[in-house]
Amino acid sequence: MKTGPNTLFLFTVMIATLTSGRAAAQNAGSGSGYPGPKDGLTDQEHRGQGLYRRYCVGCHGARGDGNGENAPYLDPKPRDFTQATFKCRSTPTGSLPLDSDLYDTISRGIHASGMPSWNPLTPEQRHELIAYIKTFSPRFREEQPGAPLPIPPEPPTSAESAKRGAELFQSMNCWSCHGKDGRGHGPSAMTLTDSKGYPITPFDLTSGTRFKCGASDRELFRDLMTGLDGTPMPSFADALKPDQIWDLVHYIQTIREGSKSASVENRTERKGN
Amino acid sequence: MRIGRMGRIAAHALLLGMVAMASRPAHAIPAFARKYGLPCSACHEAWPKLNNFGQTFKDGGYQLNNDRDAPIYQNPSYWPIAMRITPNWHLEGNSRVTTDAVPGDPESGQVQSTINTHGFDLSGIDILTGGTLAKNISFLLVPSIEADTGTVSFESAWVRLDNLLQSPWLNFKFGKFELDVPISEKRILTLSTNGGFYQLYHFLPPGDVTPTSMGDNQLGIELLGHSPDDHTRYALSLLSSTDGELGLPGGRSYDGYIHVSHAFDLPSLGLQRVGAYGYVGQAPTFFLTTGGVPIPGSGRGNRSFYRAGAYVNFYAGSFDFTGIYQHASDNAFLANAQAADQTLPNGAQSPVWNTGTIEAHYTYSPQLVFIGRYELVRISRQALATTPGDFGNLDAVTVGYRYYPFMHSRAGLAWHQEVSSVRSKLTSDTGQDQRSTSVFMGFDFAF
Repeated sequence: MKTGPNTLFLFTVMIATLTSGRAAAQNAGSGSGYPGPKDGLTDQEHRGQGLYRRYCVGCHGARGDGNGENAPYLDPKPRDFTQATFKCRSTPTGSLPLDSDLYDTISRGIHASGMPSWNPLTPEQRHELIAYIKTFSPRFREEQPGAPLPIPPEPPTSAESAKRGAELFQSMNCWSCHGKDGRGHGPSAMTLTDSKGYPITPFDLTSGTRFKCGASDRELFRDLMTGLDGTPMPSFADALKPDQIWDLVHYIQTIREGSKSASVENRTERKGN
Repeated sequence: MRIGRMGRIAAHALLLGMVAMASRPAHAIPAFARKYGLPCSACHEAWPKLNNFGQTFKDGGYQLNNDRDAPIYQNPSYWPIAMRITPNWHLEGNSRVTTDAVPGDPESGQVQSTINTHGFDLSGIDILTGGTLAKNISFLLVPSIEADTGTVSFESAWVRLDNLLQSPWLNFKFGKFELDVPISEKRILTLSTNGGFYQLYHFLPPGDVTPTSMGDNQLGIELLGHSPDDHTRYALSLLSSTDGELGLPGGRSYDGYIHVSHAFDLPSLGLQRVGAYGYVGQAPTFFLTTGGVPIPGSGRGNRSFYRAGAYVNFYAGSFDFTGIYQHASDNAFLANAQAADQTLPNGAQSPVWNTGTIEAHYTYSPQLVFIGRYELVRISRQALATTPGDFGNLDAVTVGYRYYPFMHSRAGLAWHQEVSSVRSKLTSDTGQDQRSTSVFMGFDFAF
């Protein structure tokens, strides 16, 4: 094809295209903040910032305060990272989580909430996100995470253990929130709020689904030890002995599996097998 | 060099076909973003192109598996519907088109002209509805309205049973759907007449009438699955040999498709994927007739064709690159538009061709992506032995960018600019190369 007016026209359009693209790029760089000025962030934090703005900002907000554009429509509300208060931890109540706790939460998601599993992100990306999330609260610069609470070996599941757990469920007033049948309809249920004053519903232990911070017995034991910070769910680390917590775990798992027509006996049998 | 008139007509028909295909709709579904409260960028590298999280969501049956997937958890006012359309300005230039020397006077002789057309236009409208009917039962329904005729067609309509036996490896899809192709044409980032489709899926040698394209949505069933982290994926499809056309227009033949891929994480680079696929099928070469008129659905004389390819999808931070090699062949009867109960012309043979596709993206931010693509098609054996070896070979180049001025979970808007050019070897009536060029710019929006 000879160089003619048409070719010149196309060339002009291409130049205009590229020029517009460059202008748009400059606009995007300053407008979206991704990638934006480093603002004193480390390289890892900076990469995490980009990922945060791609994946997380809609719920957790640009400032990490849990006030993203979708927050009004979510129940439960997104986590406020500026408080550095996290539900799923291996550390004592009131203390900061380990990076591995945050990694597990990002990977697993928070069941029965708007927080999905971000397992499709690479491990490196998840670590970058953690690094950036920690910049929202000065606590991560000023404090060290607590030491992980030990989880002793699980004693054998038995009907007796579950029965003791049932008694603890009553005596420790678990029923006041979770209800006598574990359905989350206890007398206090309607009055509960989270640390930001938003109404919060006790977990329905009979729903047969995963618990928020994992479904295994060890994870449930850990939840009872650490409590779910930011919610009314307290830590029982000081109130109960490890054996008692295991009893509670066995009872709660019995309630949970009861919804799937599994009795204490056949749960015991399955474990024994 | 002499190319038959039929060959030239076929070449022109091919170009026209490309034009028609350029209006093919693509998927980006803000209804999902609204349902889950996630910004477009969570699932899309740059919409409509999926990132790994979006691919995992799609492979999970449009489910996040956070116990909020079933519609029973949604506000009753939520309706899983979205629309997409692209008002645009575009230019189409076609070189060496045979025209009458004096318009309106066929006796005036013929000359070769370059025809440029440009103006403001609309794409078709996609109405995108999809989601879950219940936990682990998902669906997609996409009526599409043609901008010029107002004709409504069903781009997609399927139901999927997810996580059978509680395993992500077992999912079953039934209906009309996009094949699990290595690079999705429904999520293509280029929209122009020449650049809005992949030669890889649609190219046929001049004169070939095989009625299929891997890029078109197909009717059938699909068994598909993936590892829990979505790194390993497979899809097996059994399809009616109708290229997605409704009403069983062909006959009684079926096509099969298989695609397997595996992804692995390279530290500091990201997730890389390699895969291979194959498509085999049959198509009728003639129909029973009544009074000389073909009876729809009575196809006879089925003849076969196949496509097979391998690809790599490479990520390096903000840069990603996809390279696809495909080998293809059609039966000589299909390639020469000859009924199987007739004799093939002298020199007729099964054509063989190879396609190379390279597409690269630079994602400057979730709000800006640059796109570049080069496709080549080389015919290694023509449908007629007397046809020059390079007749119909193609080289297609497309560059462009998309700028998304905002990024949230309610709607999407992109300013789109693109230039695309295709050169086809020896296809003009005078046996010279032809070039078809598209310039496209417009607002692509979905809500």
